[in-house]
Amino acid sequence: MNAIFGIFLLTLMLITAIAVVRTRNLFVATTLMGIFSLLLAANFFLLDAADVALTEAAVGAGISTVLLLSALSLTAEQEKPGHRGRLLALAVVLVTTLALLHATLDSPRLGDIDAPVHQHVAPWYIENTPTAIDVPNIVTAVLASFRGYDTLGEVFVVFTAGIGVLFLLGHYPHKQAHKPHEGLRHYLIQRLVGRTVIPFILLFGFYVQFHGDFGPGGGFQAGALVAAGIILYALIEGTDRALNIIPKWLLNGMVAGGALLYGGVGIASMLMGGNFLDYSVLSSDPVAGQHLGILLIELGVGITVTGVLLSIFFAFASRKHF
Amino acid sequence: MSSWTPHLPALQVVVPLMTAPLAVLMPDRRLSWALATAASLCALAIAIVLVGEVRDQGNIVYEMGLWAPPYGIALGVDAMSALLLLVVTGASSFALLAAPTSLSHEVGHERQSYFYAAWLLALAGLSGILVTADAFNIFVFMEISSLSAYILIAGGPDRRALPAVFKYLVMGTIGATFYLIGVGLVYMMTGTLNLADMELRLADVGDVKPILVAAGFITVGLALKAAIFPLHVWLPNAYTFAPNVVTVFLAACATKISIYVLIRFDFFVFQGNLTAHDWQFSYFLMPLAVLGILVASTVAIFESNLKRLLAWSSVAQIGYIMLGASLVSAAGLTASMLHMFNHALAKGTAFLALSCLALSVSRLDIKNIGGVARRMPWTMAAFVVGGLSLIGVPGTAGFISKWYLISATLDMGNLAPALIAVILLGSVMAVVYVWRVVEIAYFGQGAGTITDDYIQEAPLAILIPTWIAVLLNIWFGLTPALPVELSTSAAELLMEHLR
Repeated sequence: MNAIFGIFLLTLMLITAIAVVRTRNLFVATTLMGIFSLLLAANFFLLDAADVALTEAAVGAGISTVLLLSALSLTAEQEKPGHRGRLLALAVVLVTTLALLHATLDSPRLGDIDAPVHQHVAPWYIENTPTAIDVPNIVTAVLASFRGYDTLGEVFVVFTAGIGVLFLLGHYPHKQAHKPHEGLRHYLIQRLVGRTVIPFILLFGFYVQFHGDFGPGGGFQAGALVAAGIILYALIEGTDRALNIIPKWLLNGMVAGGALLYGGVGIASMLMGGNFLDYSVLSSDPVAGQHLGILLIELGVGITVTGVLLSIFFAFASRKHF
Repeated sequence: MSSWTPHLPALQVVVPLMTAPLAVLMPDRRLSWALATAASLCALAIAIVLVGEVRDQGNIVYEMGLWAPPYGIALGVDAMSALLLLVVTGASSFALLAAPTSLSHEVGHERQSYFYAAWLLALAGLSGILVTADAFNIFVFMEISSLSAYILIAGGPDRRALPAVFKYLVMGTIGATFYLIGVGLVYMMTGTLNLADMELRLADVGDVKPILVAAGFITVGLALKAAIFPLHVWLPNAYTFAPNVVTVFLAACATKISIYVLIRFDFFVFQGNLTAHDWQFSYFLMPLAVLGILVASTVAIFESNLKRLLAWSSVAQIGYIMLGASLVSAAGLTASMLHMFNHALAKGTAFLALSCLALSVSRLDIKNIGGVARRMPWTMAAFVVGGLSLIGVPGTAGFISKWYLISATLDMGNLAPALIAVILLGSVMAVVYVWRVVEIAYFGQGAGTITDDYIQEAPLAILIPTWIAVLLNIWFGLTPALPVELSTSAAELLMEHLR
């Protein structure tokens, strides 16, 4: 049953991907990309990768679509015709596809218990997480502690993206020249529905943030959800009102502060006699130290992701109406 | 200090990484600059100490979070990474010292704190790639360094910087994705991400299709990021339209880090485990290296934009580095490593001189610099030394690596005369494109001749770092013991992994 549903989803994804490539209308392409991400998220869920599915749904289907739409509002809706080198691009794509297909010929079967990925590090994680870290969600243990340095890097990737958008679009010239952006304040239904949903989105975001040790979730997903809630508020009430609630200095502080908090935990564990990001030394009981470290770094992740996503959104939205 | 010594591999990355958010929060651009420069100099100091440690006791291993590899992420510093750490931190420090003078014309004051944050992220990303012993961690830091490099280049004053950086972004992303696909395939067949563990576990797997495809994806992806001919098309415009100090920094080290990953991954993981891989490595890369040297040098000869001229010369120099590696011998790899170090010195100096020149000459075109050496003698003298080093004149750093490269090709039997001819021809072409600039700058007359009074020598704040770089070119040309020693041990380390 799972296999049939998986093939169904993958076929839909293929159709969506072809439609994205074929359409000349960028608005349509963006919407289709959102659908593509949602299908991908369902696929991840089918493979029991709930954490990845949640991230893909929140970031891929939700935030990316909003960001692409904001970017579209600064440019044209139709793609310019007449690109050179399409045949070359097609040839490169074909060769890449054939190479990937070739690679799958000798690969282990899906779900094979004897596959190398299930025989080497994975059993060690399953065996040692309960004693060393003691959180039910092993994915969180791997992401936040065993491979916490990678996650630190990923937070800084998000931070870099935020810096890039602020550097290129961040200063809003002629701000006073236009009248305040009204959003959808005059559209009653959207406003009512939106205002009702926002508290639940935020609440779910905080749940995902603080429940990440036990169920699927963590800072990345939570950050995306909280940012989505606030972006929805900005869409309904207008950017200016949203910026009154979360001013620019606070956004800047969040972008930098979350990353600093994560790295600060690493430096604190160094100062307390451990290696970088060795949370065990943070408390007299190593397991409690791991819990504290994971809580703090997940908080750092959440703060930076929220800050960066909102900064990117506001940078686009404030440029919109020169 | 001593209690911090074991943490140095981590601090090499953490210091610039953690300074980046602080630089954003600084209220004033000068404070951001001071913070970035302090962090960069600190990173340079750490790299110098690490070089000493590596010379004393060989490889240094550091376990992140105290989780043993392959379960956790390990950092490892050996002669190869130590040599390139010097290049990256040194290039960043010199370029940052020159930055306040050069940048005030190019990047708006209110945006400079973001600019310096991006700079620190680029430094941290490149250092992070060098110190890690984990294949996925390489990808994470590659993302940080690439994204921040795009930001830095997009800061260029010319609007054409944006299409140039967009091209770089698309190609760089394809390269990084190919690398990730390759790592994913290797992970599928080995279940590990640690490079040393990969090598061990691949021995049981051997020549299966996913691994062969992975080797292809990783090599092509990294070659794209390293701008190896013919995948170099993003490089000339990206270097040309970037702010001048960014060109100094990136031209000195960015592509070399991708070459480093390419060589390290290939020799550590694939060479010992795949049948006839050394032969394939050699016969795919050597023709590309030779073509790169000849074609790019030819384009440089006919190029009139000074920055693009040097950028094309970089494509040719990447050819020399790959030529050394494609010999798959200890001598060839030594020459390759040595040329990464020496080319960084030569090209960094030449671009620093161009940054000085750009303060008085608004368009860095060969038509606009007639006789400029009379007004800016120190700047042009620095360019001449950088150019001589690029050519490989005895007494400069560039000579040492060309010498090692030629002696390495002597072992190649029938191919030796042809390869030596290519190296010599490439050097003669370098003489031509450097001499074109020098001739016009010193003896130029006529329409483009500089007569305006506002053209004057660059301020000391930028001339001093430029001239320290000039002196380093001569210093390492006369006493090359340190880079030669590190390159030799790096090459031995790589050759140990051949079966």
